Amino acid sequence: METLLQQTVNGLVVGSVYALIALGYTMVYGILGLINFAHGDVLMVGALVALTVVQLLQTHAPDLGPVLTLLVSLGVSMLVCMIMGYTIERLAYRRLRNAPRLAPLITAIGVSFLLQTLAMIIWGRNYHTFPQLVSTMPLQPVAGVFITPVQITILVVSALLMVGLVLLVNKTRLGRAMRATAENHKVASLMGVDTNKIIASTFIIGSALAAVAGVMFSSNYGIAHYAMGFMPGLKAFTAAVLGGIGNLAGAMLGGLVLGLVESIGAGYIEDMSFGFLNSSYQDIFAFIILGVVLIFRPTGLLGERVSDRA
Amino acid sequence: MNELALAIPYLGKNNPKAARWVVLLIALVAPMIAISFGRSWVRILDFAMLYVLLAIGLNLVVGFAGLLDLGYIAFYAVGAYTFAFLGSPHFDIHLPFWIVLPMGAAAAALAGIILGLPTLRLRGDYLAIVTLGFGEIIRIFMNNLNYPINITNGPQGINGIDPLVLFGWDLSRPIPVTDDFIINPLFLYYYAFLICVAGAIVLVQRLQVSRIGRAWAAIRDDELAAKAIGINTRNMKLLAFSLGATFGGVSGGLFAAFQGFVSPESFSLMESIAVLTMIVFGGMGNLAGVIVGALLLSALPEVLRHVAIPIQQALFNDVLLDPEVLRMLLLSLAMIFMMLLRPAGMIPAHSRYSRPELLGQEAVK
Amino acid sequence: MKPTLIALAVLAFGASAAQAQEVVVKIGVAAPLTGTQAHLGKDIENGVRLAVEDAQAKGVVVAGKKVKFEIQAEDDQADPRTATTVAQRLADSNAKGVIGHLNSGASIPASRIYNEAGIPQISPASTNPKLTQQNFKATFRTIANDVQQGTAIGKYASTKLGKRVAIVDDRTAYGQGLADEVEKAVKANGGQLSGREFTSDKATDFLAILTRIKAQKPDVIVFSGMDTQAGPMLKQIKQLGLDVKFITGDGGCTGEMIKLAGDAISANAYCTQPGLPLDKMPGGKTFNERFKKRFNADVQVYAPYAYDATFALLEAMKAAGSVEPAKYAPFIGKVNFPGVIGNVSFDAKGDIKEGAVSVYQFKGGKWDAIN
Repeated sequence: METLLQQTVNGLVVGSVYALIALGYTMVYGILGLINFAHGDVLMVGALVALTVVQLLQTHAPDLGPVLTLLVSLGVSMLVCMIMGYTIERLAYRRLRNAPRLAPLITAIGVSFLLQTLAMIIWGRNYHTFPQLVSTMPLQPVAGVFITPVQITILVVSALLMVGLVLLVNKTRLGRAMRATAENHKVASLMGVDTNKIIASTFIIGSALAAVAGVMFSSNYGIAHYAMGFMPGLKAFTAAVLGGIGNLAGAMLGGLVLGLVESIGAGYIEDMSFGFLNSSYQDIFAFIILGVVLIFRPTGLLGERVSDRA
Repeated sequence: MNELALAIPYLGKNNPKAARWVVLLIALVAPMIAISFGRSWVRILDFAMLYVLLAIGLNLVVGFAGLLDLGYIAFYAVGAYTFAFLGSPHFDIHLPFWIVLPMGAAAAALAGIILGLPTLRLRGDYLAIVTLGFGEIIRIFMNNLNYPINITNGPQGINGIDPLVLFGWDLSRPIPVTDDFIINPLFLYYYAFLICVAGAIVLVQRLQVSRIGRAWAAIRDDELAAKAIGINTRNMKLLAFSLGATFGGVSGGLFAAFQGFVSPESFSLMESIAVLTMIVFGGMGNLAGVIVGALLLSALPEVLRHVAIPIQQALFNDVLLDPEVLRMLLLSLAMIFMMLLRPAGMIPAHSRYSRPELLGQEAVK
Repeated sequence: MKPTLIALAVLAFGASAAQAQEVVVKIGVAAPLTGTQAHLGKDIENGVRLAVEDAQAKGVVVAGKKVKFEIQAEDDQADPRTATTVAQRLADSNAKGVIGHLNSGASIPASRIYNEAGIPQISPASTNPKLTQQNFKATFRTIANDVQQGTAIGKYASTKLGKRVAIVDDRTAYGQGLADEVEKAVKANGGQLSGREFTSDKATDFLAILTRIKAQKPDVIVFSGMDTQAGPMLKQIKQLGLDVKFITGDGGCTGEMIKLAGDAISANAYCTQPGLPLDKMPGGKTFNERFKKRFNADVQVYAPYAYDATFALLEAMKAAGSVEPAKYAPFIGKVNFPGVIGNVSFDAKGDIKEGAVSVYQFKGGKWDAIN
């Protein structure tokens, strides 16, 4: 029982990081119908920029204190990612908005690899140690479950960001314009919505979220390196599809469910398959879920947007 | 061949017949030119031929039928592993290659159908992601199926795979003609691969101008319209998928025999992307472009090693960007800028269906 | 054909040069010289260079002729396919022997090409047992293989660190091969296998498998993989409040591991390394000083093994009275001389005899050799 509870907590923590990344995918997909393959790599850039800023602050302003250091570096990395997100949209995707579907997807794969390569050139190929500004030592266990301050921070921050994003989309003028653009570009622009601006802001918001996710990811595991974004990105995409792509609440739900499936799956697959399978298949769950959902229920758990949107 | 010939600047337009002979000649003498730079270049040429075969197969799926497959390397893996199972000490089965290679191709085709049946009704970008997942699933299974029963030998891979043996003639043994004149096995492999590539080119060219090829083009350009004029889109897509997979399987089998060793490492996502870049770079849907793209990009790492390192050493007295990083940089930039600036590739298709007979007339005019 | 012509020309030219009673012998070095493992590849290259310079200084005479050595260093980028191309290039340029490669994944496919070309290969670093199990006549290594290392880890873990052992591997050729040997040794030494779990060489989250391991209550966790996973794993072990000993093989026996584990690493962490620590090698101390003086760099790991591997080739050439691979290759298996790493001699398969494995414990901010 203790083990199951612990696995649930593990899954929720991983899941909320997935959820946060999935929001970026789902927003862009909802509006442009584009799988922004490079989104996971924006997360990586966020983490590495934050790492550099933290290192600078620790040498030049050592008496800033851990919380302030983290906040400043988070701010800088969000800013960098927002600029980067805008640049990517402007240079790589905007021209292809009316091109056949495969073109922007191939470009997106190119952007993803380009970001990885540039990061490799700037930060090197090695794993970097991400400084522990929030403690990763466990608190007093409750019901035999161990949890660390960093994990609690992840749960709280991602919950807050999700609520904030839902409010933004549903209650503000910008949000209304975003929804209108998602519904129909042409009509939205006829109604006086500057769709270019709206699409750019979607990328900017998504990139900022990715930066937060990156910093949280690195604080939790204590590492950062150039290829760290790819797998979480892919899994987060799965989460977005699972929840119903284009649907914000769906992305959150999908993220949490995927986190739980992975954690509990890896923990119990050996018992469930009578020893035939084992934890070496941990990475397969996401892909199988992805396939099954797309084939049998392309609208995802929460549905809404039809998969065959023109 | 026609298309390659026509791709030669000037000569292709003015004298297509001569251009055709030029292409044939280049293909035949290429290894002899390569060996004057060292046998390692012949080996590179051999690998390039395998990539050409892969690119032709993937082009069938992506370029002709418009289905983006990001897990194409899985079929290559299926072909390679089938060859390894049936022709190595691993299970102690040593079937001759003319049984094993078709079986590898068939296994890959079957895998293509199994993957294609449920997924082909998905729209373009969803299909891409599902195939990516499929590629990873295949790799993970190959990496882990050594337990509880040892099927794939896990991450250790399978070693000691039989070489190609044609009628008792072992391609991996050098042929001594005279004491000083020995034909290197690398040459024999080159010509064996070249025959496969030539066969593939002829087959694909025939297909392209056939009813099937036109049906694919119709689906690629507008699936709804294709359906409306009575094309069985599902079957046509499935055909493209499994045929593409077959090419992957053949290439994989040849790779296994040539290298003598397969392990899951060789079938990573990066390889799928590399093959995709080859066809994007050369020109999707156009055979000549795809072949040139595959040849150029598979020689790229070697060229970079010979060019980039000395230049950097001369300029900065140090190697700042190693060849692997440069290769990644060039590949990713190629993908982005080809799509933005020259979506038809380096050598764009001459006409919508790239029909050689029409091209011939154009050339005469 | 062209190369034959060139070869003839070289022969004719060589004949006139031979009057100077000097014969040029090309020794190939193949290792990653660019990329993440460049420092290790360079280590190998420098080891060979030092050996060649030492031999040259003393003067080597084979069959009455003075031997002049030349080094051809090739970059295999730690990639299996590049390794075969590099091997082909060394065979082309008529290398008389090859020291390399670093990674087993590169060594194994390359060894096939050396074997076909009849060139002896001695790896100073590849530990996968399969390398010498291919029945190639002239494939050797100067470092202990994974069977020896895995056995040492399994024995140490189950006899010194605790009875119940959990094993985690990263599903790479290296990790899985080593873990299998550990499992055998744990069972052979009366230890209990509490469970075997798996991760990947790209994973960062191990909480799921560690939680599962925790329920099995092991005394020690063996991780068979690289430092990039071992560091974060050690952190997460602490995070789950798991109080166990932790031991890794050479993949985790690095300074990088200490950095990545941060404050989670303690005296509970152990690792093993094939070979003796440099200061315990018979010729280690002077070797280190001379190496530092010559290259202005510290010995990483493999330089002494590369140095001794080069001398193994030389000794065989001297014994055979020939520098031609076909003639001297059979003598490599028979060499027996005191090297930097200890006595150098090979068993029937080509593995070094008495391949030592050392155990280290984390102490005072670094890995400290015990025993």
